Amino acid sequence: MEAGEANKTRSGVLIDSIRTSSWQSRIAVVLVAVLLVLLLKQAAQDPGQFLSQLFIGLTNGAILALVALGYTLVYGIIELINFAHGDNFMIGSFVGLTVLSGTFAGLSLFGAITDDSGTFLKIIGVIITLFVAMSVCGLVNVGIERVAYKPLRNSPRLAVLITAIGMSFILQNVGLIWKGPAQVPFPQLISDEKVFGPGSILFRWNDLFVVGVTIPLLIALSYFIQRTKQGKAMRAVAQDKEAASMMGINVNRTISITFLLGGILAGASGVMYGLFNGITVFNVGFTQGLYAFTAAVLGGIGNLTGAVVGGLLIGIIGAMSDQYIGTRWTAIVIFAVLILVLVFRPRGLLGDRSAVQGGGE
Amino acid sequence: MAARLTRYGLPAVLILVAFLFPLVEGYLETDLMYPIIIITIYVMLALGLNIVIGFAGLLDLGFVAFYALGAYVVGWFASSQFQQVTFSFGATTASLTGEPIPGIHISFWLLLVLAGAFTALCGVIIGAPTLRLRGDYLAIVTLGFGEIIPRFFQNGNNLAGFNLTNGTIGIKAIDSPGFPFLPDSMSALQRFGTLDLNPWYYTILVLVLITIYVNVRLRDSRLGRAWISVREDETAAAAMGINPVTTKLWAYALGAVFGGLAGAFYGAFIKNIFPDAFSFNISILILCMVILGGMGSIYGVILGAVLLQGVNFYLLPQMNEWVHSIGAAVGNQALSSVDLPRYNFFIFGVILVTMMLLRPEGIIPNRQRAEELHDHGPGSGDAMEGATRA
Repeated sequence: MEAGEANKTRSGVLIDSIRTSSWQSRIAVVLVAVLLVLLLKQAAQDPGQFLSQLFIGLTNGAILALVALGYTLVYGIIELINFAHGDNFMIGSFVGLTVLSGTFAGLSLFGAITDDSGTFLKIIGVIITLFVAMSVCGLVNVGIERVAYKPLRNSPRLAVLITAIGMSFILQNVGLIWKGPAQVPFPQLISDEKVFGPGSILFRWNDLFVVGVTIPLLIALSYFIQRTKQGKAMRAVAQDKEAASMMGINVNRTISITFLLGGILAGASGVMYGLFNGITVFNVGFTQGLYAFTAAVLGGIGNLTGAVVGGLLIGIIGAMSDQYIGTRWTAIVIFAVLILVLVFRPRGLLGDRSAVQGGGE
Repeated sequence: MAARLTRYGLPAVLILVAFLFPLVEGYLETDLMYPIIIITIYVMLALGLNIVIGFAGLLDLGFVAFYALGAYVVGWFASSQFQQVTFSFGATTASLTGEPIPGIHISFWLLLVLAGAFTALCGVIIGAPTLRLRGDYLAIVTLGFGEIIPRFFQNGNNLAGFNLTNGTIGIKAIDSPGFPFLPDSMSALQRFGTLDLNPWYYTILVLVLITIYVNVRLRDSRLGRAWISVREDETAAAAMGINPVTTKLWAYALGAVFGGLAGAFYGAFIKNIFPDAFSFNISILILCMVILGGMGSIYGVILGAVLLQGVNFYLLPQMNEWVHSIGAAVGNQALSSVDLPRYNFFIFGVILVTMMLLRPEGIIPNRQRAEELHDHGPGSGDAMEGATRA
């Protein structure tokens, strides 16, 4: 570094960085700018609609972010795209539905919690449902890791990925056997009337519910990883498995805990998805899982903040595409984002492990 | 002598059996022709995917995209989809009044070539920017394309007012293949009908034989050896002067060609194509065939395709009847009304997991591939890159 560089003004640095940027990134910046301008034009025409859509996007994004965290945690620690994670999310929503209905395997344990139940019963019901779904999904995820991934830990990466795809189909069919091929309705426990906001801006109780569940979960996760001994062990294993095991860290247990955490988040996310959207279906995990994976990649896979940012962004992109391009194109838009990010910026926005061979650490 | 017998004798016998099969079938009147043709289409698809996964070691989760593209090429250029244009070349359809029929109608044989070329081009376009990605990311990108293309066909009924794909209804009444220049006495060959399936069978059989021949020749070629080396250690291969991206691109494009050819035949055979027929499940079904049979092993892949489609066509419906009769005997409502074939992907999922856990090299393994898959040393330098490499 030359001495003169320190004296450069801020604008000079900016111009320099533009000069050294690649054509790819210049084109990308222009494209994103054009899209933003078009979006802002729409927003100026009808701000109420735009803001309501933004809230829907943020809520969906929060649900996706929790799933994306599961992908990113697992990828960060064993470099596996846990293909079955999306279907674990689906299992979470089915477990939630079962708990709310009060009957399991023909046994009626307690009365179903429906739209007409009292407020107190609803609140208790939702909390118990969340708790049960989180535990079940966490354990399912740990089980999958034990049965399907652990024996292949030293195998080629693609062998494990193929097993993960197999597990994904097994879970999907469990869902199919469980609830059948049709969409299953969720009871509408949380009102979709608006909480506040002037005019046509909609911020509804169910938006508030999703935010109110997601934020504590994120804080708890971040506390666990940053402050606890087990979290420290996770970070160590993610960096270097061998060295971590030499330091006396139980690598297998740490990996199991990572899967447990991912499953817990997916379970909470599945229940919220059902309550927020009012329906669930056996193959919801495939698309939602891919969206969440897109989110994880967009933020930078292996990067926890990235997963949350990516989740919110994908949620917003999806909502905007629903509104201004058309619902039927949304999946294509998001998959296109996935491909573009992987091809042009595999490190994601915030960056972590490099996806390009030979690059990165 | 024994080696030569297995090298030339076994394929010769198998090919002979395949060619004589319609005679036996016609004599026994077993109604097997239709499923056999579908199975043969899948054999071709599995062999195409084998080039990508078995030879080059790239995991392609979106192979169905090429299958769909091939089918739509035939749909576009051999049906009345584009009413605005009237163009006919070597087509088998002729209207009763002698008026030209609206839509583009081109001979199936030309379209076969066109479908192959078009899917190869798509393979190159998709592959060129993505093939430098690491294995698992590449898998997801191909999955993304495999999802986008059928969804695009689904929504393509109104692209700025233009109906490209006719949406979820799909393209109807695709022309049959045939040789319209033949004399009327050979009407079965003039235009392949729905009653006599033998011409269809021989067409797909020839296509499969071409695929097998190309597979064998590629495996033993300079390119085939380049694939092996890139698969085992990309860095070392690059150091030896092999361009990994070009090498992978060849595998991807060649796999795409066979997917496209199979799709083109499927479109003409099934006559009505719609986007739902090209779901992600098909990609996984084909992947499952390759894995079950043995990656990189031609006999294995054919066996895998036949076995899995056998499960789909015979085993599951048969088991369904057994379960129903058991259910009826026991008086269990749930058992007597269960629809087992619906859960076929449960079985395929289990196959993927158990094969990977117990016998990753497949039923009939390719020797080299088997050793790679069992070589767990940290320095193995597999192209799929062991997860332990720190």
